[in-house]
Amino acid sequence: MISPRRSILLLPQRPILLLLLSSLVTCSLHAQVTSDRLLHAPDEPQNWLTYSGSYAGQRYSLLNQVDLTNVKNLELKWVFQDQSLQKFESTPLVVNGIIYVTQPPNDIIALDAKTGAAFWVYHYNPSPAARPCCGIVNRGVAILGDSLFMATVDAHLVSIDAKNGHLNWDVKVADDAASYAMTLAPLVVKDKVVVGVAGAEFGIRGFISAYNAQTGAEGWKFYTIPGPGDPGHDTWRGDDWEHGGGSAWMTGTYDPDLNLTYWGTGNPGPDFNVSQRPGDNLYSDSVVALDPDTGKLKWYFQYSPNDAYDYDSVQVPVLAEINWEGKPRKVLMQANRNGFFYVLDRTTGKFLFGRPFVKVNWAKGLDDAGRPIITTQPPGTPTYPGQQGGTNWYSPSFSPRTGLFYISAWDDYSTIFAGVPAEYKEGQRYMAGANTGPIPGGDTLGNGIRGPINTYTEAAGHGAVLAIDPHTGERKWTFAMHDVTSSGILTTAADLLFTGGREGFFQALNARTGELLWKASLGGDIISGPITYEVDGKQYISVAAGRGLFVFGLRN
Amino acid sequence: MTARTAPVVTAKLFRRARFVCQVYIAATGVANMKIQDRLEIPVWKRMPLVRRSNLLFLSRLLQCSALCAVLVFSAPRGQAQDHVGPYPQADIEFGSRIFAAQCTSCHGMSGDQVAGVNLRSGQFRHVFSDSDLRAVITNGISGTAMPPHSFNPAELAAIVAYIRNMATFDARNVSLGDAERGEAIFNGAGNCGSCHRVNGKGPRVAPDLSNVGALRTANLLEQSLVDPTGAMLPINRSVRAVTRDGKVITGRRLNEDTYTVQLIDDHEQLVSLDKSQLSEYTVIKTSSMPSYKDKLNSQELADVVAYLLTLKGAK
Repeated sequence: MISPRRSILLLPQRPILLLLLSSLVTCSLHAQVTSDRLLHAPDEPQNWLTYSGSYAGQRYSLLNQVDLTNVKNLELKWVFQDQSLQKFESTPLVVNGIIYVTQPPNDIIALDAKTGAAFWVYHYNPSPAARPCCGIVNRGVAILGDSLFMATVDAHLVSIDAKNGHLNWDVKVADDAASYAMTLAPLVVKDKVVVGVAGAEFGIRGFISAYNAQTGAEGWKFYTIPGPGDPGHDTWRGDDWEHGGGSAWMTGTYDPDLNLTYWGTGNPGPDFNVSQRPGDNLYSDSVVALDPDTGKLKWYFQYSPNDAYDYDSVQVPVLAEINWEGKPRKVLMQANRNGFFYVLDRTTGKFLFGRPFVKVNWAKGLDDAGRPIITTQPPGTPTYPGQQGGTNWYSPSFSPRTGLFYISAWDDYSTIFAGVPAEYKEGQRYMAGANTGPIPGGDTLGNGIRGPINTYTEAAGHGAVLAIDPHTGERKWTFAMHDVTSSGILTTAADLLFTGGREGFFQALNARTGELLWKASLGGDIISGPITYEVDGKQYISVAAGRGLFVFGLRN
Repeated sequence: MTARTAPVVTAKLFRRARFVCQVYIAATGVANMKIQDRLEIPVWKRMPLVRRSNLLFLSRLLQCSALCAVLVFSAPRGQAQDHVGPYPQADIEFGSRIFAAQCTSCHGMSGDQVAGVNLRSGQFRHVFSDSDLRAVITNGISGTAMPPHSFNPAELAAIVAYIRNMATFDARNVSLGDAERGEAIFNGAGNCGSCHRVNGKGPRVAPDLSNVGALRTANLLEQSLVDPTGAMLPINRSVRAVTRDGKVITGRRLNEDTYTVQLIDDHEQLVSLDKSQLSEYTVIKTSSMPSYKDKLNSQELADVVAYLLTLKGAK
């Protein structure tokens, strides 16, 4: 391939202005992704520089070429077919016209964002012993300078040269033989790469850790399950904490002004038998605010103490400045798997507000401190929301324009839980129970890929996009789907909302009203977040569905 | 070609192909090499070896293309070709506990949560014999979500025993009668054949029961007879649709999404409807099947359940 710089040299007869312009383009193409650019990612909406589009995790883009009136003219521009039979959960990065996307188990592919043509493929062979609980998946990469960072299913962190796909370094983050795994996209903060581990279904002791982006050397490690002598350790009985779970399998967010990074944590282990681990089980099912330089805990808020339902709280903690009781306030918003929508003060962790966004019967409400008032259901009867939650890891979106918080929700969804005693064995599942759907003999609604027939139907629950007013928790509008949805959400400055679902439809809605404006059938589950970017002055919208990455743009 | 001999031959082929792949991988050592080491190999040598998953995929493709037709069309589903006689009840019960703890988060309690796999009815993608099953549980399936497991031999035997008996495991509280008498009731006093189809005979208005004995447990079959509405799978519900020009369409639902619904109508036609073109659309939650709670006595019910359990698919 001829580089832009080379092409200029080959064409000396061109006018000087063109030469200068071309040089600017060249500079732009070769510009490194500095920490400063990551801080100001929303200001360059032509790119998608972090997993959630910005450190605030809003999944909101300033691009507005595709708008309410012309969105109906979107057409397919190209498709990249991946080579895996696994779930395509990767959210790509876009940097100066190049897309970096992952395919399971741990390949990175660099593609021309205009055409889908590949520049290079990096292949990583994870250990055959790797066993993420819920699929050999990867959710994407992070970038700093000319390096990409990927967390692997066998719990390694690798740095890859973004120009040629070659390995810079490879460090072991945790022991995959003990069923530690990583499926998340890393978060780069300053000079460090921050990751968290998965494995709370296998009795791991969860942690979040940071590595020097240049060398891979470990900078700090924060255990989400405190050990002896640490604050919070007394919320565990005896040695229960050793296999206490508390994974951190979704990418956190970062507030540079407060110098805090926010991470959601997963379920305590074992999952379902609470009598086996009495106590609040800190810091499982919590959000933790950490100093990104040291990993020290600034504050925490626990959503579901002594959780019996696998209500991981790893949902992206969304940061925003909103008007709260007449004053601007730095808040953290989270639609939690446990069915409640929360607003916290992200400076102190103070609970400001919480309210169910779907049907909830495991708790009758929250007290003044945000602690749930638990109403355990009788054995054999349905608990709402079910095991997959009122929502799960599917990225939400917050639009500063509409002031609304958008959630991919599972409405009217329940599970019958049954906890039984379990013994820990390294590498084996440590869940202490099982759960079934409410339909006798019917399929259990789970996190897997479904076949072409939706056999569980409306009787087991259904998906919806909810637009929530963060001041009241009320639904402004609901876009109901027949099947459930595991899709992330994207909003734009044109008041458009893009989302998918398990049925394989990719939809554009009016973010203010929920009105359907456009849809395309992509023929496969959409289980990642849509993104938008711009190349040569044209806006594109991309989403993964089934085994492909689909890219749409306006008809020429 | 009989249903018995062909699978044995194909299972051997399957194992041979897998063995060849394993020898190849073991001989090249690719799977165990570190990335840095592999990068030292010249590209021309590395290319065919780099992707172990591709190799396995290729071998699987070969296995599939050569064997699938025979496997699918001639093998009774879920039959353990290398197991003789009943499985010990203690194994089945032990296996049920391990299954609940280790397998259900992906496969579901009913074993049908992974697309294309129904452990209860013996629908597999990578398994034919019990030794295949043990191998898959032990080694996992590369390129899929099925991980390797380190069960000891007793645990492994128990899990296999349970998987092979899932369909009847919860039948212990159901009394089973005489299947021949049950068939006579099905076609006679019960009048079941007026709506249900079995092995090519009968209408398609209600679900085809040709393989219901493989799909549903004795408990559920009994519930269906005494409480049809309560036990009906929601996907089987009847729907009533009215088009904008007033045409009424009724039938049994086959599939549905946000924008469309697929059904078999009362004239046994496959119909797909665009919901936006309908003025009315209702899913009817009550079953049109009568309850046999008072129509048949307990012995007759037990006979019908016994008959339904014999329906394992076309022979």
